[in-house]
Amino acid sequence: MSVQIQSLTRRAPNASRKMLDGVSLTIEDGAFVALVGPSGAGKTTLLRTIAGLDGPYEGTVLVDGQVLAGRPMRERRIGFVFQNYALFRHMTVARNISFGLDVLPRGERPDRGAIAARVAELLELIQLPTLGGAYPDQLSGGQRQRVALARALATKPGLLLLDEPFGALDPIVRRQIRRWLRGLHDQLGLTTVLVTHDHDEALEVADRLVVMQNGRIVQEAAAETLDAAPATPFVMEFLGEALEFAGRVAHGRFLPDDPNVLSFAVGAGDGPATAYLRPHEARLVAGGGAARAIPLTGGQGGLRRLAVALGTREVEILVLPERLGQAGTEGLGLDIGRARLFRDGAPLAGAPPVVTGQELPRVTVG
Amino acid sequence: MVFWLRRRDGLPGLSISIAFTLVWIGLIVALPLTALVLRPWQDGGAVMLRALHDTRMYAALRVSFGCAALAALIDVPLGLLLAWALVRARLPGRRAIDALIDLPFALPTAVTGITLATLYGPTGWIGALLARAGIRVAYTPAGIVAALMFVGLPFIVRAVEPVLRGLPPELEEAGLLLGASPLQNFRRVILPPLLPPLVAGFSLAFARCIGEYGSVIFIAGNQPFHSEIAPLLIVVRLQEYDYGGATAIALILLLSALVCMTGVAALRRRVSRGLVARGAA
Repeated sequence: MSVQIQSLTRRAPNASRKMLDGVSLTIEDGAFVALVGPSGAGKTTLLRTIAGLDGPYEGTVLVDGQVLAGRPMRERRIGFVFQNYALFRHMTVARNISFGLDVLPRGERPDRGAIAARVAELLELIQLPTLGGAYPDQLSGGQRQRVALARALATKPGLLLLDEPFGALDPIVRRQIRRWLRGLHDQLGLTTVLVTHDHDEALEVADRLVVMQNGRIVQEAAAETLDAAPATPFVMEFLGEALEFAGRVAHGRFLPDDPNVLSFAVGAGDGPATAYLRPHEARLVAGGGAARAIPLTGGQGGLRRLAVALGTREVEILVLPERLGQAGTEGLGLDIGRARLFRDGAPLAGAPPVVTGQELPRVTVG
Repeated sequence: MVFWLRRRDGLPGLSISIAFTLVWIGLIVALPLTALVLRPWQDGGAVMLRALHDTRMYAALRVSFGCAALAALIDVPLGLLLAWALVRARLPGRRAIDALIDLPFALPTAVTGITLATLYGPTGWIGALLARAGIRVAYTPAGIVAALMFVGLPFIVRAVEPVLRGLPPELEEAGLLLGASPLQNFRRVILPPLLPPLVAGFSLAFARCIGEYGSVIFIAGNQPFHSEIAPLLIVVRLQEYDYGGATAIALILLLSALVCMTGVAALRRRVSRGLVARGAA
């Protein structure tokens, strides 16, 4: 099922503050979209509005080209998984899952056998075939999460809405469940919208990320595009650790304020600019300046962390372990040629094309 | 040391607390009750036998238990509504209502009784209206039920309120999103978790109503076999210096109450399935 949202605005009750401010978004049939952003960005509000929960709003929300407001919930074919799962504690797992079928009017309700078969099928799907008779309080967090999913799937919805469904799970279970969820999405041909504040999670599971901030959509793109061409410094920083270098553009080159950071060519007009790049994209150039590098503990993805003392401050970058020998060498310069440039919060036109993918950093000895 | 005491309990001074509790229960509850159990037999078995053959006592017990059960039962939906209004509806003057609910606890029962008798009396505000409709409340079992409802209501409200407050609103939303009608949602999603506190509130109100005396006797009319409650009959026997008879009734009242409370407790366990955390399956 597709979702079209046009200039959606929602105000907080008894307040002029806008929880959603002119949000427009199109979600194609079969897409797996993640709404990401810090707390209070309006992700959950947007999700709840799509589901038809909560009060009035301005703008239009169309699901499969139709306005949902006023139509009975059971005709909407929307499955919703709450952050706290909202399982019915007084019902067994099987009764929880069959709830959506049990409340159907007699004429539409499948007979007992069919409901039992559907429950068994869903229990199989969520890999808990033996727990139909258990109560939610007897389950672990991950199991409850899957039961909530099965309950939402029982009525065969076309649109699955998930509100931070992995928030309360430990990292290993989290990873398993999100892979499983992605598989389920592909297997059942669902359209899925996932709310999360964890960008790693969003990057791993979703086709497309919608970054929100202060009730607005800041950027909406595939994961690689977001990283390569972030729309604002916020997106850059939200998607991972970022280093910031102030400077200016003059005569076709970006000139960092810090003398130990190397300048690089850009095709942008003169004026102030700020460069952002990921720690693993920075390189050290011998003889390029007066910076010193000190190895630190820790690292990630096989890379080692290195503190680079520039003139006025220290930044941390990631380098290959075999390049640690460069550490302690005096007279280094920092090459930030792969940085994204921003001026007044917007990407700078003509900034150099950024090489995407996991290219490893090198230390160039000049 | 007692083996079932957990070494690291959340409560400090557990052994002192236990000892204190045991002494307290022994002195304040068990001792008088033992005396009550023993006393009727001191004047010989004949007193007990006579009490057991007293049809007036059975009538009084029937009135007491019947009215108490009915009043507590009527209080259940009323109390649920009140608790709902307090927790969910943003009523103006919520705090005032909140304070008023506990008033029956604080009011001397005689004051309640006299007030209600005046209100429901043939010339009272409500009584006059009802009389025009041909309904008599004062000096009938209906009056007893009215008085007991007043006394029992706070128990239901206060039992349900915290549970209702702790019920996540997402439960209702989940029910609606899964296609339940508002009625189905209430019956299948909202009501079941509220049943244990409702039954608990019912049992408290019921217990209180069985023993209620002061608020009832002014409005009941106290006609034997019609609107005479068991606690009053005990007082009547005491005034006749028939201590054996009085304690015999008291003992039977106690045993009947015990049976009823056990039944209610069983019901509460039944409706609590799944709602009380248990070990993993």
